[in-house]
Amino acid sequence: MCNPQSVDIVASAEDRSTIDIDSTDREFVEMIKRVGGPNIQSCYQCGTCSGSCPAGARTNYLVRLIIRKALLGLKEECISAPELWYCTTCYTCTDRCPQDVKPTDVIKAIRNIAVAEGHMLKPHQSVALKVLEAGHAVPLDKESWQKLREKVGLEPVPPNASRYHETIEEIRKLAKKSGFDKLIAPKEE
Amino acid sequence: MAKHKFYHFLGCIIPHRYPSIEKAARIVFEDLGLELLDMEGASCCPAPGVFGSFDRVTWATIAARNLTIAEAGGHPITTGCNGCFASLWDANHELKHDEELMKTVNDNLAEINREFKGSIEVTHYVDALYSIAGLEKIRKHVTRPLTGVRMALHPGCHWMRPAALKQKDNSERPHIFRELCETSGATYVPYKDELICCGAGGAVRTADVKVALDFTKQKFNSLLEAGGADIIVTPCPFCELQLDLGQVEIKKHFDLDYQFDILHVVELLALAFGHEPEEFGLSTHLQYMQRKSEPNWERLGLKT
Ligand code: SF4
Ligand code: SF4
Repeated sequence: MCNPQSVDIVASAEDRSTIDIDSTDREFVEMIKRVGGPNIQSCYQCGTCSGSCPAGARTNYLVRLIIRKALLGLKEECISAPELWYCTTCYTCTDRCPQDVKPTDVIKAIRNIAVAEGHMLKPHQSVALKVLEAGHAVPLDKESWQKLREKVGLEPVPPNASRYHETIEEIRKLAKKSGFDKLIAPKEE
Repeated sequence: MAKHKFYHFLGCIIPHRYPSIEKAARIVFEDLGLELLDMEGASCCPAPGVFGSFDRVTWATIAARNLTIAEAGGHPITTGCNGCFASLWDANHELKHDEELMKTVNDNLAEINREFKGSIEVTHYVDALYSIAGLEKIRKHVTRPLTGVRMALHPGCHWMRPAALKQKDNSERPHIFRELCETSGATYVPYKDELICCGAGGAVRTADVKVALDFTKQKFNSLLEAGGADIIVTPCPFCELQLDLGQVEIKKHFDLDYQFDILHVVELLALAFGHEPEEFGLSTHLQYMQRKSEPNWERLGLKT
């Protein structure tokens, strides 16, 4: 199995220091429960999730660890961890968790909080922008893609947002209303 | 009996990168007497692991906008993508069961004069084929069984997981997808990592393609350990992209060679129903386009 270079598998000395319970964020768990992980407090740390996790098998992503940190209120550590983004949302852990914690949903909720607080990876920002620009995360953005469609005997442009510009207008209005456009706006360095 | 009609939700990857799946779906559904209606002005589903990870309310709002298009016509949706299915089915389910979310979403949708009502169902091609058309009818259409073709499966995640919510199949020992694929006459080849994720989902492919490909390699190696197969069949275009184009990318990033033909289940059925691969453009799969290669016709039992 590979250890991708982008992954630092050695815990830093800082990670091993004593947890100062007074400086943790008690509100974090309540936030996660509100945003989409209501069962997080049922976790009894059995590790079934991490034992089942294909992302954990090849990276330093440990779903049980993130849940434990979240329960301790270590918000910054959770939302700024690059490995938070290695979960493929395969739901294997969710199907196996004996406590119905729904770890996948907990991770997605923590990701929502991370994004709201400015932790968004650049490539993710561009995918989100594509939906606002073209109505699709994977757009029909080259003539060769239209040719490919013609080659299989289909009309060059499908009847989705690629054909109907009004769709893109509607998506933009929705993103503005929900504040998503600001959320994904490229940040000043 | 009235003809079953479905709104055909295309998503992004099928119409924009793997149009052969769109064409094969049209062929197979027509053969089975199921009507596919265009869903004019539909957008990205939007990608559940991506948008759902960024902002749940925006994800649900854009998904609900797509649902309103089908609600206006009063027919269920069908989609050939596990990701689109996850977004549309999950959003439909969550909105119907979460009043607060529904209120927020409808408040957003009012901005574009739309309203989510919760009046339709969302299906995957697999559901439409297995539960609506039925295996018996499908078998009757198989005029060119793929006898002797060794077929491995990659069911993928989101059409059956989370199992407690989807209530469709046992996600540890699924049988629905296998039974559907076996109607083609091909021989099912089990392998240890059949049920692990292809690696593309959850915004991982976008974040770090090498990590995503490492999942794919594990699947391929597991299959080779089990003796290999002539084809790998999946019900999802994103998995198909990861397994198909992924072979070209694995060569680039890891200098490893794999040679598998990857078929979407509707492409498999189109062949079994006697259609020629040219009718839906099997050779436009991105691995063939980029490698300037062709499907392994001999192994597929199609040309000698
Ligand atoms: S499987 Fe469930 S209970 Fe066990 S550690 Fe993971 S989240 Fe906690
Ligand atoms: S959903 Fe995420 S955390 Fe759970 S098993 Fe899959 S990759 Fe691991």
